[in-house]
Amino acid sequence: MVFALTEEQGMIRDMAQNFAEEKIQPFANEWDAEKHFPVDMMREGAELGFGGIYAPEECGGTGLSRLDAVLIFEQLSRACPSTSAFISIHNMVTWMLTSFGSDYLKEKYGSDMTAMNLIGSYCLTEPGAGSDAGSLSTKAVKDGENYKLTGTKQFISGAGASDLYLVMARTGGDGAGGVSAFLLEKDTPGLSFGANEKKMGWNSQPTRQVIMDDAIVPAQNLIGQEGDGFKFAMMGLDGGRLNIAACSLGGAQAALEQSIDYVKERSQFGQAIADFQATQFKLADMETELQAARLMLYNAAARLDAKEVDATKWCAMAKKHVTDAAFDVTNQALQLHGGYGYLSEYNIERILRDLRVHQILEGTNEIMRVIISRTLLK
Amino acid sequence: MKILVPVKRVVDYNVKIRVKPDQTGVDLANVKMSMNPFCEIAVEEAVRLQEAGTATEVIAVSIGPAQSQETIRTALAMGADRGILIQTDAEVEPLAIAKLLKGVVEAESPDLVILGKQAIDGDNNQTGQMLAALMGWPQGTFASEIKPEAGHIGVTREIDGGLQTIKLNLPAIVTTDLRLNEPRYASLPNIMKAKKKPIDEKTPEDFGVDVTPQIEIIKVAEPPVREAGVKVETVEELVDKLKNEAGVLS
Ligand SMILES: Cc1cc2nc3c(=O)[nH]c(=O)nc-3n(C[C@H](O)[C@H](O)[C@H](O)COP(=O)(O)OP(=O)(O)OC[C@H]3O[C@@H](n4cnc5c(N)ncnc54)[C@H](O)[C@@H]3O)c2cc1C
Ligand SMILES: Cc1cc2nc3c(=O)[nH]c(=O)nc-3n(C[C@H](O)[C@H](O)[C@H](O)COP(=O)(O)OP(=O)(O)OC[C@H]3O[C@@H](n4cnc5c(N)ncnc54)[C@H](O)[C@@H]3O)c2cc1C
Repeated sequence: MVFALTEEQGMIRDMAQNFAEEKIQPFANEWDAEKHFPVDMMREGAELGFGGIYAPEECGGTGLSRLDAVLIFEQLSRACPSTSAFISIHNMVTWMLTSFGSDYLKEKYGSDMTAMNLIGSYCLTEPGAGSDAGSLSTKAVKDGENYKLTGTKQFISGAGASDLYLVMARTGGDGAGGVSAFLLEKDTPGLSFGANEKKMGWNSQPTRQVIMDDAIVPAQNLIGQEGDGFKFAMMGLDGGRLNIAACSLGGAQAALEQSIDYVKERSQFGQAIADFQATQFKLADMETELQAARLMLYNAAARLDAKEVDATKWCAMAKKHVTDAAFDVTNQALQLHGGYGYLSEYNIERILRDLRVHQILEGTNEIMRVIISRTLLK
Repeated sequence: MKILVPVKRVVDYNVKIRVKPDQTGVDLANVKMSMNPFCEIAVEEAVRLQEAGTATEVIAVSIGPAQSQETIRTALAMGADRGILIQTDAEVEPLAIAKLLKGVVEAESPDLVILGKQAIDGDNNQTGQMLAALMGWPQGTFASEIKPEAGHIGVTREIDGGLQTIKLNLPAIVTTDLRLNEPRYASLPNIMKAKKKPIDEKTPEDFGVDVTPQIEIIKVAEPPVREAGVKVETVEELVDKLKNEAGVLS
């Protein structure tokens, strides 16, 4: 079977690639070094539809498929995996709000979210609940017209800069069924943020704790019904995992292409390093790995679009396989650049640092194995 | 005002061009193709005229292989209303293109044809001028500004000495230079809308135009590799080299 893209998908991919080359690539190293969160660029992208790729049209979204989204994130991440990944997180929040939120919430926030006038963060992880997210302890207690939320969210991308926080909190008993989803505005009384974490990569976006101390949230900011939260969170992560995988794939593809140019130009021992068979075989393996990863990813996206019963397994397999393969390929690309690969100027060390965390977040690659094996053994 | 915009499918401007080993042309296998950048500028200008209320309809036309439909689709996603594809697998030279465009102009009667000044593959810079001659219409080439006024348009041209402003009676031909505008990206919703816009399919025979090449290409070769420079130690050495090696001083 040839995995052929439609004409529109080709146009979407090319447009995202051109945007990334002109609006992201020239600045990506600077954003990384200065820890700059490029809100202006993201809003420019949102004018083209990047803020609500699979959100419905009545909220200003484009209503595209998961496969379309994957094509976009793959291209954006060629220039900057970190920023591309944040746009993916924002899309996940926009999608949850516009898919499961009440008419009131959609009306109030939907079109500002798709336009990225408002920026959204996704708040699931806690200091004591990472992989075991279902054990989260942030409490939400009904108090008249409001809920009062108390607890701490850990590692929240965009926190402090974002305008809206989609928070998973416990309204019921233990376990996943007791979790509900709330939308909090940035200036909610009782909401505050930790320091910007110092980290290995993903420097173009802040990562902070989100701290709620009797944060007062109007009851109408509950998304769906009480107890729906964890279900939404996991549904969001199916697509989120595809996007994160796409962000790894694009970064690695850029690193590979740059290596192909480099080995032809660099010469040692009187010949281009491209002329050593050791180099040639390395490139052959890198290309093969990435093409296999790409097929796996597009296939998983198509299955999620088709709402296949085991789509979650496919998303988990794609996330694990693609993020691992892409990290390894990027590491090889760095190696092919010799000492220069270690220098910031050559971009690859930044891509490598950004890609490393994709093996950890949106569910670690070990948790992906938990999900895959669970469906095999059930 | 009705505007016709011819658009050409060419090797993407970011692609490193490779010549085929047998030196008969540029290697197009597995190469990213895009709309010629000067044609993009032409589409952008036409769409802006439409957004300003000056133009009533923008038609994109392309001559080339079936895949040229993608190029037309890009123009539609940028805002053109409909497309015409004149499909041929032959290598069509500027004169034959101009003759085909004359056929389209006669069928569509546009008030203005906006073309790129040249395509970045052949760099011919002939089609607009030839079309103007065939039609007997006024032409404003290398435009950096277009100002529509009642019954005519003002065109600012980029010429060697600076800028020249001319007034053209309509209908007219304009070719675009780089500084005319900065083309937009087609947004995701507009890409999806473009899918529903019509593209008419034609062949050169429909216009009775013979596209047989009149020019024989003998050889296509890579430009010579630039040689590494040298560092000079002293001003005397520099002057000596300029005199005796470069021959620019006497
Ligand atoms: C830069 C960054 C940004 C992030 N952004 C967000 C965000 O925006 N929103 C959000 O909610 N979260 C975010 N996270 C959190 C991220 O999702 C978690 O870090 C991740 O889920 C892992 O949780 P943990 O760090 O607590 O690790 P732990 O769960 O403590 O895992 C530690 C190790 O134990 C392994 N392990 C755990 N359980 C098992 C098991 N059952 N079987 C085998 N091995 C196991 C893990 O795979 C891992 O190797 C972000 C994290 C980072 C680093
Ligand atoms: C942070 C840092 C600190 C350093 N400090 C010092 C220092 O203090 N003093 C000092 O002298 N140097 C130092 N170096 C230089 C370092 O030793 C070189 O970078 C290293 O020897 C590789 O050389 P290169 O970078 O020119 O890569 P290249 O030699 O150009 O290699 C590029 C790639 O080609 C491969 N390759 C080359 N030849 C072959 C072959 N025959 N067969 C197969 N593959 C081949 C390489 O393995 C590599 O993958 C430092 C480098 C860095 C990054």
